[in-house]
Amino acid sequence: MAYGYYPGCSSHGTAREYDISTKKVCERLGLELKEVEDWNCCGASPAHATSEELSLALPFRNLALAEKQGLNSIMSTCSACYNRLKVADEILKNTPEISSRVSEIVGESYNSSLKVIHFLDLISKELGIERVKEKVQKPLADIKVVSYYGCLLTRPPEFVSVDPDPENPTVMEEIIGALGAEAPDWSHKTECCGASLALSRTDIVLRLSGEILKSARFADADCIAVACPLCYANLDMRQAQISSMHGVDYSLPVLFISELIGIALGIGYKELGMNKHMVSAKTLLTEKGLI
Amino acid sequence: MVESSQNENIEILTYSEVEEVGGYIGNFDVKIRKKARFVDIDKCTGCGTCYQKCPVKVPSEFDMEMGMRKAIYVPFPQAVPNVPVIDKEHCRMFTKGKCSICQKLCQADAVDYEQKDEIIEDRFGAIVVATGYDLFDASVYGEYGGGRFKDVITGLQLERLISPAGPTGGHIKRPSDGKEPKNVVFIQCVGSRDIEKGVPYCSNVCCMYTAKQAVLLKEHLPEVQTNIFYMDIRSAGKNYEQFVQRTMEQYGALYIRGRVSKIYQRGDKLIVKGADTLVGIQVEVEADMVVLATGITPRHDSKNLAGILSIPYDQFGFFTELHPKLAPIETVTSGIFLTGACQAPKDIPDTVASASGAAAKVASLFSSDEMSMEPLVSTIDTAVCSMCKACVEVCPYGAIQEEEITLRDGTKKKQLIVLESVCHGCGACVSTCRSSCIMLRGMTDEQIFDELMAVAQ
Ligand SMILES: Cc1cc2nc3c(=O)[nH]c(=O)nc-3n(C[C@H](O)[C@H](O)[C@H](O)COP(=O)(O)OP(=O)(O)OC[C@H]3O[C@@H](n4cnc5c(N)ncnc54)[C@H](O)[C@@H]3O)c2cc1C
Ligand code: SF4
Ligand code: SF4
Repeated sequence: MAYGYYPGCSSHGTAREYDISTKKVCERLGLELKEVEDWNCCGASPAHATSEELSLALPFRNLALAEKQGLNSIMSTCSACYNRLKVADEILKNTPEISSRVSEIVGESYNSSLKVIHFLDLISKELGIERVKEKVQKPLADIKVVSYYGCLLTRPPEFVSVDPDPENPTVMEEIIGALGAEAPDWSHKTECCGASLALSRTDIVLRLSGEILKSARFADADCIAVACPLCYANLDMRQAQISSMHGVDYSLPVLFISELIGIALGIGYKELGMNKHMVSAKTLLTEKGLI
Repeated sequence: MVESSQNENIEILTYSEVEEVGGYIGNFDVKIRKKARFVDIDKCTGCGTCYQKCPVKVPSEFDMEMGMRKAIYVPFPQAVPNVPVIDKEHCRMFTKGKCSICQKLCQADAVDYEQKDEIIEDRFGAIVVATGYDLFDASVYGEYGGGRFKDVITGLQLERLISPAGPTGGHIKRPSDGKEPKNVVFIQCVGSRDIEKGVPYCSNVCCMYTAKQAVLLKEHLPEVQTNIFYMDIRSAGKNYEQFVQRTMEQYGALYIRGRVSKIYQRGDKLIVKGADTLVGIQVEVEADMVVLATGITPRHDSKNLAGILSIPYDQFGFFTELHPKLAPIETVTSGIFLTGACQAPKDIPDTVASASGAAAKVASLFSSDEMSMEPLVSTIDTAVCSMCKACVEVCPYGAIQEEEITLRDGTKKKQLIVLESVCHGCGACVSTCRSSCIMLRGMTDEQIFDELMAVAQ
């Protein structure tokens, strides 16, 4: 059975390596992905700040297309896309008035038949962490990875369900543990990186993301694992600026969970698209004998 | 407690629970299970040899699991009676079938592993319910660590740390490493006034106990700085506001109006992030210990007890008084009275006041052989009654009973009667009776029709 795949805009831009590594990893794990044809932007954080109808209409079209194309599920790698699709799906399912209004706007119909999941669900619930563990060829021994979830993977808890505990999720740690790395508890796993203020209040983003980097350093981490292109953008691309602001050279690679799985499965560094990072993981992975 | 235990008119049944209540005011038939404590109260001298020598240690419930107790134990030094009890779940005699150290060492020969629960059935004139409260379970607040951080404790745990009889002998040491805290954060309204994660009501006591604890901490540790996050300070009680002012001015407590959004551990410190809504800024406090002023909830078993006693409870599980203003101690079931925090969050002065009220109510009830009641009770016309007993089913107070009478010719006949002391005149039976043979005195159908006719004219 193929899983519907919704890459989202970032996967074609700033986070191409997330898209590349996800596809490679799924192929290796025997998970068939089928990209939703003609998908559009999910609206992410700007849409629901502008208009509620727009914030539902955009994901509605994606859900409707996936359903029309005969898919049973829709998996996104981005936590914002996942959040929007999931919240919209729940609202549409439970409030027929809104559903019919949005259906009219979009000109498509949707029967709420899809299972809306995130890449973490695909690995932990659909496939099972044990199955990943069996396929590990290069255990990530001797690496300390802190898992960063951000806000959108666990909130609002009444809709979103990557992990049952919104304040202290552990699913990423469980996956990373299965890959052989050390995945310690740390303080900032669900703190906001400031994503929605990326362009309007960059100063706030720098402060919030700076706190996350500082705490990762305090936790003695070798790198940070993320499961969202927006978190990635703030923590990786702004790291140089934050480093000079704090007067500390963080040099903390920020890696997508798919990349970490890929490395452990023995897929090549370049093959996973990992040469695209601002803060390179090459030195770290070479030192640990993983590439 | 000690004084009560010595009063010849008071019998204290500890380690006992009410299981069934029948009858009615003046004549409650109560079944009480006196649980086996495996120590003979009459023989035990309270010497304490048994619990000194018992090899099994388990976390003490009374010390909020911050200290240990033995499998045979007295919950706290002032407990009445000063007679130990054996915890069957942990005692080796019960789990493994061997040990009996306490029995061998007990010079009074008081330990008896064969002791059985005892059932007491007796008749009582009135019942006062004083079962108290439980504390809100703060582990639902994942943002405060959800129980993960050792130095995030509850107010009740701090009470134990302050108590000379507590696990640290009254020295305030934080649980993680036994160090004296220098900077302590208190968070008020944990579970209270929070419709998302807790309950909507105010727990009434936590503002004041937090202030008290800030004072006590300062008295124990003069170097300590206390920081109190609050929503409002509710100090409505005699001299309460002055006490809070003194807490700030003389004891240097820093009150910060705002909620805490997150606590996390950094090294051996707890970083407390919150808002100061008076200044309009976000604040971060580096604390050694955090105390959560957890709210008051009804006891977990309050609904079950309400069923046994046939008394109502509110949407949360607090027992409901007959009337919030005019009958705050009585319940709808005559002869059953409420006192303390089983009814609503109450502090000690309010609890003592309501307890005195309940005692006075009972004393006045017992002081005469007759009692005055509302005249509005129902009555059954037994000549018409077909004994279908629909009314018995429907009466919420169990006021309708079957009795046997002997007719003039000597034959026996069963009929229904209304216990006037139990009936509340609610009228449920009247509207249920198919043969219209139950009437409310002073409110018969004819009277109501006449009233209606008069209004309609
Ligand atoms: C941390 C903290 C600090 C406080 N500090 C103060 C303070 O300084 N000053 C103040 O005025 N108030 C204070 N309070 C409030 C105070 O605790 C209450 O006002 C008081 O305990 C209420 O008394 P109570 O008798 O109603 O209930 P409780 O004290 O709860 O007593 C009820 C008793 O009934 C027993 N029981 C329950 N069910 C049954 C049953 N079915 N059968 C037999 N027994 C049963 C329980 O075991 C318990 O012993 C504080 C509260 C907290 C949480
Ligand atoms: S018999 Fe039970 S209570 Fe007595 S000493 Fe042994 S373990 Fe302790
Ligand atoms: S008494 Fe104070 S701390 Fe307790 S719930 Fe009420 S306002 Fe909050």
